[in-house]
Amino acid sequence: MQQLRLTRTRRVALIGLAGALAVSLSACAESKREEGAGGGAGGTMIFGTAGNPKMFDPIFNDEGETFRITRQVYDTLIQNKPGTADLEPSLAEKWEASDGGKTWTFSLKQGVKFSDGTPFDATAVCFNFDRWFNMKGAAAQSQMIYYADVFSGFAKNESDDYGTPVYKSCAAKDPQTAVLTLNNAKGAFPAAFTLPSFAIQSPTALKQYNADQVTQSGDSFTYSEYANKHPVGTGPFKFESWDQGKGEITLVKNDTSPTQTAKLDKLIFKVIPDENARKQALKAGDIHGYDFPAPADYGLLRQEGEQVLVRPPFNVLYMGINQSGPAGAKLKDVKVRQALAYGINREQFVKSKLPEGAEVATEFVPKTISGYTDDVTKYPYNPDKAKQLLQEAGATNLTLKFYYPTEVTRPYMPNPADVFTSLSEDLKLIGVKIEPVAKPWNGGYKDDVQKFGHQDLHLLGWTGDYNDAGNFVGTFFGRKKPEFGFDNPQLFQALAAADASPPGDAHAKAYQEVNKQIMDYLPAIPISYGPPAIVVGPKVKGLVASPLTDERFNTVTMG
Amino acid sequence: MNTLLSKKKEPIDKLAAASGRSLGAEALRRMLRSPVAIIGGAITLLFLLLAIFAPLIAPKDPYERYLQGKVSLGQGIIPGAQPGFPLGVDDFGRDYLSRLLVGAQQTLLVGVLATVIGVLIGVLIGGLAGAFGGWVDTVLMRLVDVMLSVPSLLLAISVAALFQKPSQWTVILAVSMIGVPIFARLLRGSMLGQRGSDHVLAATSLGVKRTAIVFRHMLPNSMGPVIVQATLTLATAILEAAALSFLGLGDPDPNRAEWGIMLSRSARQFLDVRPELAYYPAIAIIVVALGFTLLGESLREALDPKNRR
Amino acid sequence: MLRFLVRRLLQAIPTLLVLSILIFAWLRALPGGPAAALLGDKATPEKIANLNHVLGLDQPVVIQYFKFLGRAITGDFGSSLVSSQPVMSEIGTYLPATVELGICAMIVAVVVGIPAGYLSARYRGGAVDNVVIVLTLVGVAVPVFFLGYMMQDLLAGPLGLPSQGRQAAGLDATSITNFAVLDGIMTGEWDAVWDAILHLILPAFALATIPLAVITRITRASVLEVFNEDFIRTAHSKGLTQPVVRRRHVLRNGLLPVVTTIGLQTGALLGGAVLTERVFNFRGLGFLLAEGIERRDYPRLQALLLFGALVYVLVNMLVDVSYGLIDPRVRVR
Repeated sequence: MQQLRLTRTRRVALIGLAGALAVSLSACAESKREEGAGGGAGGTMIFGTAGNPKMFDPIFNDEGETFRITRQVYDTLIQNKPGTADLEPSLAEKWEASDGGKTWTFSLKQGVKFSDGTPFDATAVCFNFDRWFNMKGAAAQSQMIYYADVFSGFAKNESDDYGTPVYKSCAAKDPQTAVLTLNNAKGAFPAAFTLPSFAIQSPTALKQYNADQVTQSGDSFTYSEYANKHPVGTGPFKFESWDQGKGEITLVKNDTSPTQTAKLDKLIFKVIPDENARKQALKAGDIHGYDFPAPADYGLLRQEGEQVLVRPPFNVLYMGINQSGPAGAKLKDVKVRQALAYGINREQFVKSKLPEGAEVATEFVPKTISGYTDDVTKYPYNPDKAKQLLQEAGATNLTLKFYYPTEVTRPYMPNPADVFTSLSEDLKLIGVKIEPVAKPWNGGYKDDVQKFGHQDLHLLGWTGDYNDAGNFVGTFFGRKKPEFGFDNPQLFQALAAADASPPGDAHAKAYQEVNKQIMDYLPAIPISYGPPAIVVGPKVKGLVASPLTDERFNTVTMG
Repeated sequence: MNTLLSKKKEPIDKLAAASGRSLGAEALRRMLRSPVAIIGGAITLLFLLLAIFAPLIAPKDPYERYLQGKVSLGQGIIPGAQPGFPLGVDDFGRDYLSRLLVGAQQTLLVGVLATVIGVLIGVLIGGLAGAFGGWVDTVLMRLVDVMLSVPSLLLAISVAALFQKPSQWTVILAVSMIGVPIFARLLRGSMLGQRGSDHVLAATSLGVKRTAIVFRHMLPNSMGPVIVQATLTLATAILEAAALSFLGLGDPDPNRAEWGIMLSRSARQFLDVRPELAYYPAIAIIVVALGFTLLGESLREALDPKNRR
Repeated sequence: MLRFLVRRLLQAIPTLLVLSILIFAWLRALPGGPAAALLGDKATPEKIANLNHVLGLDQPVVIQYFKFLGRAITGDFGSSLVSSQPVMSEIGTYLPATVELGICAMIVAVVVGIPAGYLSARYRGGAVDNVVIVLTLVGVAVPVFFLGYMMQDLLAGPLGLPSQGRQAAGLDATSITNFAVLDGIMTGEWDAVWDAILHLILPAFALATIPLAVITRITRASVLEVFNEDFIRTAHSKGLTQPVVRRRHVLRNGLLPVVTTIGLQTGALLGGAVLTERVFNFRGLGFLLAEGIERRDYPRLQALLLFGALVYVLVNMLVDVSYGLIDPRVRVR
């Protein structure tokens, strides 16, 4: 035993020595590594993202971090002009609606190939539309969130939740012409064709790697080999690998006749959830850009020579008012709702708490949307008027249950608790008592607010998916909802009519009228349009910040 | 784990068995001679005074947004120290000094309540197990084993995430859970040790009822180590509450002036723009945690019969 | 020894079962749940209800639990809501990082802590002792995440150390085992080894603070105790020289409780790793857990908490075993 113990002590000492050696070794070599730690070799860009992608089949996806990658790999028929929400050709060079918006004819670009070498043509387009329409299985359908939203239903609906399908058929008239026939017209088109979920994927690859296979795995789903390892599109970049341990998604330049050629050789997305860590990584030259810098950091980042690109706002934050909530009786009075609007100092809130480029919201659609109008009733900060209105309405002793979410940041709402504090403190000043209720976003907030309507006031917002006012106001106020608890048939009808109006000026005009109506009725209070920003290093050129976070990296060069 | 815990338990048993009335007086005498104890005591006392009188001392209303108009996060401006605002203001334009002072109260509230709840539940479990032994002991200790089988922060995380509405109280309860198994073990050990000791045997042979023995003899005699552990737990409670805030499981109300919340908010958002907003609450937390630790350690040393001469 | 091990393993089973019930009940008690997390921004109450049905979350909780248990026994904890990857494969991918970080942190804690504690005890009451005591006390009083931020802000720059991540982004290193250092050694990519070591330094020190403080204090206390024991006096009276006594008797006997502490602290590292890995963007299990909390990734949390408990139990068992090896008295019992 004596022997054994002796060796044991020695071994401990040895391990210790090795450790000390490693530490001291690393201490003396720091100076050597100071230069060239960036690794910014010629054609590689490394971009820091805030979260993991789910997989790379966009039809089963609805969140930004996955779309950021699929946008580089796939193309949609129509796309957004860089930096705007206006439409421009992509896979379709021309598109045309006929039969009152029930038939869409797409003239396709010639000579484009998928990155697996198979040709892109009208048959491929129709294959994709048919694939979505004929998707089988409750699991798969439940994850086709945008498809269900826009096209309402499937060939065989697996749940009563889906409606009559909008899609009827797709025909390849010739290799360059695809004709899409719908059961009914929809205001969302043609803008909805830009949705990244509706990207055109390679039929060969889809079939080869069983893309339709979506299986339940515990409380979640797993996806096919296609979605995880072999996404194939016509985009400027080609998927190479997804290293989960490192949190790196590597794309390389696509040389097989894509729609647009990439200037970079390689594009790596590096997942760094912590905002502070992303900033550290950029400063150290480890990455060449990242998304969602903290508002307070813009100035400092610029001082250090980084470029902060502010996206044009494409979202709205609002304070919801529930006319059937605990204090619904009082809130049914439009004067009380107006008082709340006058009582909130939105100018100061936007200036003091929101990033550069943010603006006070005057209505429920941002300025970039067609259907926006400056000609609405405005409610500038006026606490005296607010108090007076409350008095007139006999609501001087008002106590309101104010719900706000926790554990969430949204582009329109970087920090919900801060928004809540600013607004509720303002409301206290006009004599409204606030009873705060905080709930986790995924832990009951949305249920309480949207399903049960437990609240008087709440915070929520919306990021637009495409340039259609109906995507905003239609979603909010298109029908009677527990969230707002009002029943205004006149408003519902106006919204339905606006959605059905033909594309173009008439469409915009109809929504302008609706927006005026909404701001008079004041079912909720629009607070702000908040633009998220994107940061890139001094050498990065050619990246255009998009209101739809639709940044495409094919134009990027590393100076 | 049995051997391990029995090792841990030994000194506690000795300590508990030996702590009598005269020990308290002597412990106090010894503590007054130790600089460590004096420093720890002074910090603790100062903190307590601050916490109690904070609303009176605070120069301004900690919730009033005095300089909100001068704050502009978009331009990275949060006004610093200036006349009337010796430590500047936070991102809502509120006086930071006043918030730090009032924060002492809130922080103490979280720390003390979490510790007290931990002690109460722990003492209940440990007391029952120690007093009854047998299957009660087995079942309760199995429960304690479960709690011990999760690292403390993970335990707090699990409990904090349990609640639908995060609030100050969920944080307090989550943090209190860290102490429960420790106190339970501590008390059980000490009571088991006493079951065979002379004064308990004497009382039993005199026909004193079991409840009376437990409450009059065994419990009071076990309180020494519990108090020591509680003082140390106060420090960890404050730190764990801050950690929960950092992980997004804390009290979400940004109005509340509590050091952990102030620190994690500022450290996450304003470390580059105005690092002081993080430094002040960090220093406050470190000093107070240090104070409690010093006090706890010197209490432990003072109460340790081995150190008696 | 084998019987002892088997018995301890069997003892752990009920503990884990109880824990699994608690965790499961907890997750099921939460409103919203996986469906809300899966559907994200565009979730409507109807869509959530539909998805709950698809996922079988509208069945009785008891049935759900047994289904869960049935899958869990075969090692299937379902897929993450965030990444749609099987949780067990995620744990497999992320575990090496935590092990690597944990080992480094413990090396720091042991290499610095034991000598510090020993010196402190040897010069009891002197300047060294006081400094060490103060440092150990401050060490446990600093919030770990704040310490991490301070290291990033104040140390990383001047020392030229990377302040975040496990590896320089885009570094074309081959992953075999996911132990960055080991992989580099196996493939001979020495720049990758070096890069990995550099990335480990700051987080390892941040994670080491608490075990370091505890180990130092325990070493000091236990060495002091040994100094007062009879056999040391006997050794001295035998005429053995000071260094010999110290080496052969004091250190070896004083180390016994330290080994226990090291074990306990290794288990507790999992907690600290959540904060450290989050701050340093170090992609290990703690990172995974922190992300799981933020995104409310229930399947991931469930698996990670159970896994954490299992590791903790195993580490404690190993400590007991090693204790038995070092101190024969324990084994006799």
